[in-house]
Amino acid sequence: MEALGIWNYWVVVLLMMIGLYAVIARDHLVKKLIGLGMFQVAVIMFYVSMGKVTGGTAPIIPEDVPAEGVLYSNPLPHVLMLTAIVVGVATLAVGLALVVRIREAYGTVEEDELQRMNGAGS
Amino acid sequence: MSVKPPMRMREKVLLRVASQVFIPLILLFGLYVQFHGDFGPGGGFQAGVIFAAGFVLFGLIFGLEALQRVVPLSVVESCVALGLLIYGGVGVSCLLRGGQFLDYGVLDHHSSMHGQHLGILIIELGVGLTVAATMLAIFYAMAGRGRT
Amino acid sequence: MTYARVRVKRRTLMWIEILLFALLIITAITIVRLNDLFAAAMLSGIFSVLCASLFTLMDAVDVAFTEAAVGAGISTVLMIGALALTGSREDQQPTRLGPFVVVVLTGAMLIYGTLDMPAYGDPGAPIHQHVAPEYIAGTTTEFGIPNIVTAVLGSYRGFDTLGETAVIFTAGVGVMALLLGRRKRQGKVESTDASGDGNG
Repeated sequence: MEALGIWNYWVVVLLMMIGLYAVIARDHLVKKLIGLGMFQVAVIMFYVSMGKVTGGTAPIIPEDVPAEGVLYSNPLPHVLMLTAIVVGVATLAVGLALVVRIREAYGTVEEDELQRMNGAGS
Repeated sequence: MSVKPPMRMREKVLLRVASQVFIPLILLFGLYVQFHGDFGPGGGFQAGVIFAAGFVLFGLIFGLEALQRVVPLSVVESCVALGLLIYGGVGVSCLLRGGQFLDYGVLDHHSSMHGQHLGILIIELGVGLTVAATMLAIFYAMAGRGRT
Repeated sequence: MTYARVRVKRRTLMWIEILLFALLIITAITIVRLNDLFAAAMLSGIFSVLCASLFTLMDAVDVAFTEAAVGAGISTVLMIGALALTGSREDQQPTRLGPFVVVVLTGAMLIYGTLDMPAYGDPGAPIHQHVAPEYIAGTTTEFGIPNIVTAVLGSYRGFDTLGETAVIFTAGVGVMALLLGRRKRQGKVESTDASGDGNG
């Protein structure tokens, strides 16, 4: 029973590993970035699921109801992850911009071809 | 190759009419999320992204040139920095008023609660400005690349 | 609401959560397997919407909101914009054994690491004991605003948010430096530009 209580972490690990697989096994650079994004979502999911409280509610205090006795989920992981998502899309854009420049310089974005070209050039 | 889809999109009546209905609503919703973030879900980060999405939709349907006539690149570039400056400026003005950096309580003479409220409102505005301008700048950079 | 009805509701929510997690995993595997990257980019939008639904179920409404706005809106547009510039077909490649073994081993180690974690949704978990109760209590007395997340984001963790905004600023400047730089001296480098495009 105790082991079943942490199934959420196992889903997160599974998701993380799917992302990691895309990063190391696929050759297309954009696919790698998608995998990296998946990995990031898994980390976010990990934090948010830690902040969940069974029987709790969203961390917004209604104005006319007394706050005592209401259980709220932990707001701290929410804050950290909220900013991480937006930072994530900004860094994703930097990665995509690099991919676009690589394509313009080499004419390809497949990693094996890039490595072959670099090996031949040196 | 990336130039053609937006050009053809402009000629589709359905897209054009639907986007004319939706874009003002998206921008209005962005403003609501920005300034209602203290009371419900929302805040500068979400509002910035929604606001940028409204402009990006406009750019996708009517073309990059039309969007750049509405929001020139120089405005976007300066807004990227302006938002961060607003945020830092609030911190510095707290310092000048005798408080600690980003301790908004000193912003209002009468009540620390009002000061805090004001500080949060202004920094959220700074965050929203930077996020919206950054997303738009990224879109400009990506979309403009295909046509040179 | 009676105790029994609350229990039933909680169980229903748990099943919805499991269903959404299953859909999420299926979507993720499909994205990795697809060779058509336009389809993969669209599916990653669906992936984000599923994540947003899960965050809502975990009572993280602000995170869900952000994920829905960013993942389904902006990042799909950026991805498709980049694919239009780089080409959207991925070469067919065989499933390799090496990465698979690495991934399985890493995953096994991570799962071994989770065995000590507190149960999902346990109100007595260490994470809920330290600063969170002070934040929740202080939001009403010090700020008088209902949304605790905004209070923590703006004030309690104001430095953190300033840093994150600076990161976004830097990323925006980086993208502009990478992609907009050449356009201002267009006349000078037009010939190299044309030959670069000819490759594609």
